[in-house]
Amino acid sequence: MANYRELLARVKEEIQEISSPAAQELLSSADAPLVVDVREQDEWEEGHIPRALHVPRGWLEARIEGLVPDKTRPLLIYCSGGSRSAFAAKALGEMGYEEAVNLAGGFTDWKRNGFEVTIPRVLSSEQRARYSRHLLIPEVGEDGQQRLLDARVLLVGAGGLGSPASLYLAAAGVGTLGIIDADVVDESNLQRQIIHATDRLGEPKVLSAKRTIEALNPDVRVRPYEERLTSDNVDRILGEGWDVIVDGADNFPTRYLVNDASIWHGIPVVHGSIFRFEGQVTVFSPGAGPCYRCLFPQPPPPELAPSCAEGGVLGVLPGIIGSLQANEALKLILDRGDSLAGRLLLFDALGTTLDEVTVRRDPYCPVCGDTPTITEYVDYVEFCNAPVGRR
Amino acid sequence: MAAVRIPPTLRAEVGGLRELEARGGTVGDVIENLLERYPQLAGQLYSEGELATFVNVYLGGEDIRTLDGLDTPVYDGETVILLPAMAGGV
Repeated sequence: MANYRELLARVKEEIQEISSPAAQELLSSADAPLVVDVREQDEWEEGHIPRALHVPRGWLEARIEGLVPDKTRPLLIYCSGGSRSAFAAKALGEMGYEEAVNLAGGFTDWKRNGFEVTIPRVLSSEQRARYSRHLLIPEVGEDGQQRLLDARVLLVGAGGLGSPASLYLAAAGVGTLGIIDADVVDESNLQRQIIHATDRLGEPKVLSAKRTIEALNPDVRVRPYEERLTSDNVDRILGEGWDVIVDGADNFPTRYLVNDASIWHGIPVVHGSIFRFEGQVTVFSPGAGPCYRCLFPQPPPPELAPSCAEGGVLGVLPGIIGSLQANEALKLILDRGDSLAGRLLLFDALGTTLDEVTVRRDPYCPVCGDTPTITEYVDYVEFCNAPVGRR
Repeated sequence: MAAVRIPPTLRAEVGGLRELEARGGTVGDVIENLLERYPQLAGQLYSEGELATFVNVYLGGEDIRTLDGLDTPVYDGETVILLPAMAGGV
């Protein structure tokens, strides 16, 4: 039997330790170890060593292999005074980590030496609970959730696609959602536009959407644009600074306007479109991949434009396509996974099939090609006898 | 025989079918074979004798414009996808 003091002394004999000045020097060298902070959440929130990985002591054995699979990677372990981390270093050694070195004197000594400290931006306890299922995913985690909270996504349309896309983005904690739509809620919308409700009939869609989103998640700020996107306002609206555009427009002139503007403003577009039982999704990344005009250089003549055919749409279809758009937007913000850039996904609800075709950047593309021929906004003639735009 | 996927916007012209079988050694021949049976499709696919710019045709998931266009050879069992631009989002 050993008491705490004896146990600690014994453990310290079995592990390697390093002083703060030596650790600081080591961290600025080429083979810097990965720093692991084993303190509790409240201690971490008050400041930590830059770029440290935070794994509270109680979770260390359970989580470390998921976070640091490479056991040959050198680790520098610290707590506040160097005791808890001594036990942590011993445990890591027993788990096969070849070089788990303890920071003698811990974070207290590190600070006393005046070395750099990072004060983390932390989630509130309410946010920690709300986003707990995100925090559990290594690809999101606390850093990813902060990115989402800092992100700004612009939705073109608060209709079939915009409804599920904005709801999922809001639920995920995307901090700012801009929504452009000039329409009011109509009874015929409610079969699929799930962000609206029967008691909102006649209300501007952007305000109805704002109400639903704010009731879902108070972290989200909604910036409503109760106007139709035109060549006159597109620079003003896009110029407000957006990380991603989710295009759920219902007509070709807006699609082409969004495309051209997104290229000139350098904002990726998550494109979705639906008709009857079929939907398409892709991502257009300015500078990195094809654009909408690489896919379709120009709109079809008005008489062949299917958007005006009043063709109808299965209510759940925009739910599927809009959710895929939200998925792409979240991945772009988190910088995780493979985006749909360069791939057009074709979904058929009748057969429940998913096909994929390749979309390549066209060097002769009139907007994003090597020698662009379109350099200012084109107001295509409106379809379906709507007002005629100017050229 | 190649399978040709008909997009929803063109189904009215082919009696509502989602997929058709067509014969031909090249993509152009396959489309011609289709047009012999459904001549009303021509206006939706061609413009001034060429494939319209608002219609894409894919073979094996690749845009035929990046292959040999209408001359791209088609082998038995391959799938041709006709894909006109579609704007709907509401």
